[in-house]
Amino acid sequence: MSTFIGGISTLSLARWQFGITTVFHFLFVPLTIGLGLLVAVLQTAYYKAKDPAYDRMTRFFGKLFLVNFAIGVVTGIVQEFQFGMDWSRYSTFVGNIFGAPLAIEALLAFFMESTFLGIWIFGRGRVSDRIHLAAIWLASLGTILSAAFIVAANSWMQHPVGYTIDPVSHQAVMTNFWAVVTNSTFLLAYGHVLFSAFLTGAVFMLAIAAWHLRKGHDLAGFGKAARIAIVATLITAVGTMFLGDSQAKQMEQQQPMKMAAAEALYNSANGASFSLLTIGDLSGNPVFQVRVPHILSVLATNTWNGNVKGINQLQKEATAKYGAGSYVPVIWVLYWTFRIMVGLGILLFVLGGAGLWLMKRKRLEQSKRFLRFASWMLLAPFIANSVGWIFTEIGRQPWVVYGLLKTSDAVTLIAPGYVAASLIGFTAVYTLLAVIEIGLMIRLAKVPTPILAGSDVESVPELIY
Amino acid sequence: MLGLLTTSPSGLEQLWFGLITVLWLGYFFLEGFDFGVGILMPFVSKDDLDRRVAINTIGPVWDGNEVWLLTAGGATFAAFPLWYATVFSGFYLALFVVLAALIFRGMAFELRHRGGARSAAWWDRAIFWGSALPALLWGVAFADFVHGVPLGANATWTGTFFDLVKPYALVGGLSTLSLFTLHGATYLGLKTDGEVRERAQRIARLLAPVTFVIVTAFLGWTYLTAHSRHEVGLVPPLLPIAGVAVLAVVGWLVRERLEGWAFIGTGVVIVAFFTTLMLNLYPNVLVSSISSSDTLTIAATASHRYTLEVMSWVALIFTPLVLLYQSWTYWIFKKRVTRPATPSEPVATNS
Repeated sequence: MSTFIGGISTLSLARWQFGITTVFHFLFVPLTIGLGLLVAVLQTAYYKAKDPAYDRMTRFFGKLFLVNFAIGVVTGIVQEFQFGMDWSRYSTFVGNIFGAPLAIEALLAFFMESTFLGIWIFGRGRVSDRIHLAAIWLASLGTILSAAFIVAANSWMQHPVGYTIDPVSHQAVMTNFWAVVTNSTFLLAYGHVLFSAFLTGAVFMLAIAAWHLRKGHDLAGFGKAARIAIVATLITAVGTMFLGDSQAKQMEQQQPMKMAAAEALYNSANGASFSLLTIGDLSGNPVFQVRVPHILSVLATNTWNGNVKGINQLQKEATAKYGAGSYVPVIWVLYWTFRIMVGLGILLFVLGGAGLWLMKRKRLEQSKRFLRFASWMLLAPFIANSVGWIFTEIGRQPWVVYGLLKTSDAVTLIAPGYVAASLIGFTAVYTLLAVIEIGLMIRLAKVPTPILAGSDVESVPELIY
Repeated sequence: MLGLLTTSPSGLEQLWFGLITVLWLGYFFLEGFDFGVGILMPFVSKDDLDRRVAINTIGPVWDGNEVWLLTAGGATFAAFPLWYATVFSGFYLALFVVLAALIFRGMAFELRHRGGARSAAWWDRAIFWGSALPALLWGVAFADFVHGVPLGANATWTGTFFDLVKPYALVGGLSTLSLFTLHGATYLGLKTDGEVRERAQRIARLLAPVTFVIVTAFLGWTYLTAHSRHEVGLVPPLLPIAGVAVLAVVGWLVRERLEGWAFIGTGVVIVAFFTTLMLNLYPNVLVSSISSSDTLTIAATASHRYTLEVMSWVALIFTPLVLLYQSWTYWIFKKRVTRPATPSEPVATNS
């Protein structure tokens, strides 16, 4: 069986397919997690204060949350099965360990979010207000739990623990489940993913509320939403950056090549500097660079003059340990994704800080400049989430399971025609979904909230769907 | 390396084969009627409001029902990695079709009421095909598991897409298609009122004898070929016979307006149908049509003992909880969905 079609291998088709479907899926997941929690907060505020402004905001952002949730669910089904489709040798190798979190994720988290969201959507007026409120909180908890298991599974690929290799079947076999779920890589990565998801929800809510405030729509409602979102943006931006910084130090310990490639640092250095940007290529002879002394050492080792290992030395170490081959990931991808992620994180921190400052001065609604800035920041968390995952996944290459299994040994032995067909198919389906979804989201986000008379607020629709 | 392992499955491995069977049974019982409702939606409706009545019967539950599929997939990955890896890479294009169908169908439920009449017509097509194609293909796939796929040494596929669509598998697919549709008809009879209910009942009465013929043919074929193909093939005739017998009275139950019993009846047939197939499969998980030594067995594909133990504890603790709250949803939404008195505009709510 040929594994090439028109010079393209099954491997590269499978990698593109995984990249496209996963990045697409993860555009929606963080928003589900972040907005779910914020909608629960808004509904709780209404439940406590009985201020109809909170009710309007709950319904308004709840609608956007549901449209977004739907696409996250349907693209998630693909995620569950494409490990088997395109990565069957990977699946066989890791199933003993990797399969368990996926199964537990479905059992603990997916049932919870889907069932309680069903109650939330259809239960208004049929269950008590208290149960209706509990339903959104349980759905939100489900989304938060779902991230835990998939990140635990991914962290095992980044830093395998609690396993042994079966000498007969050559499969990775779990020896310690507790070690897998308390993997140091997982604890930091989960915090980082969770905070960035909450940040995504907060910035999304702030951007849309700011747009309506600028247009003068429902100042009471969107003013409240914007204030909650600003505080959430600031807190979660700080949390995301703090955990990301800890992850950098962990990365230097666990995957030093990823850190070296992120800086395009070819030779080990003490007190290494950090380049803010590079003009020219990244092969070690830049045309122009802006460098900040010592910062890379601080980032990677937490010390002013700490030693950061370089690509050349790490490549030599790796060939000695694992045999001949290149152990260097695609440097320009790592260099730029890292800077875009960090840069956007800082920008969102500034957004939250500026918002809080205006809030304190009671000038939020008047500052058109801030409101416009906040609306434009809508895209920032989505870009940051995507490049963050591209960074961490490309940075692990050539490994799919770090130090244990190379990506080239993980792919299904299948004719590339099948993968090409499904790659084209998924890309077409997802493009269509994106067009429909984004169109609908924009339409729904622009509709001002109706300020209903008292009796209308309580009316129960007979058919929801 | 795989064909050489001829050991019989351990108790723990048998338990997990059983649990995965239960997960698939739960999936087909629950999403079976979801598929049926989707397939029947064009036939039980005269206008948009009727179609919305049909969709709203499964509105609060369809997503939770689909999680049974994700749990079955995840549990297979964890407990039988090689089974998971071989099946889903081998049924590559068929699985792609199922996934694409489920994507459009799921989006349709959530989005059709948010647009105009023109987009609703497109979403209706998505709901019909998104329900009919998986209903057909799941039957094809399970028939293939039992009767064999072109599986060579070391779990490598040697055939093409067309090796998966043989006569036996096609009859299997038609069986699940008709069975799920009938299940959806009895569900709609139970969950709606007025015209939609009447139409669903009429369809159920017409469909019951057709389904009976197809399913009886398929289970008969399965029974007759089981022992000759596998030395240890185990088909207690009691189970398929019971399934067929219940199916025979479903039409009568519908005529007598015993709607609850009719729905339980189609559910029992689905359980008997798939249990027969899984028992027939045991102790294998995927039969090779090339050589019996290349057939994948429970023992050869299972995860190690420790993984299965961990999974067993998790399942023991959390499954009752899930069953409890999922049943509670059905209790909350136990009332029949009725057509609003006046044709209302698409309702603007938080949904």
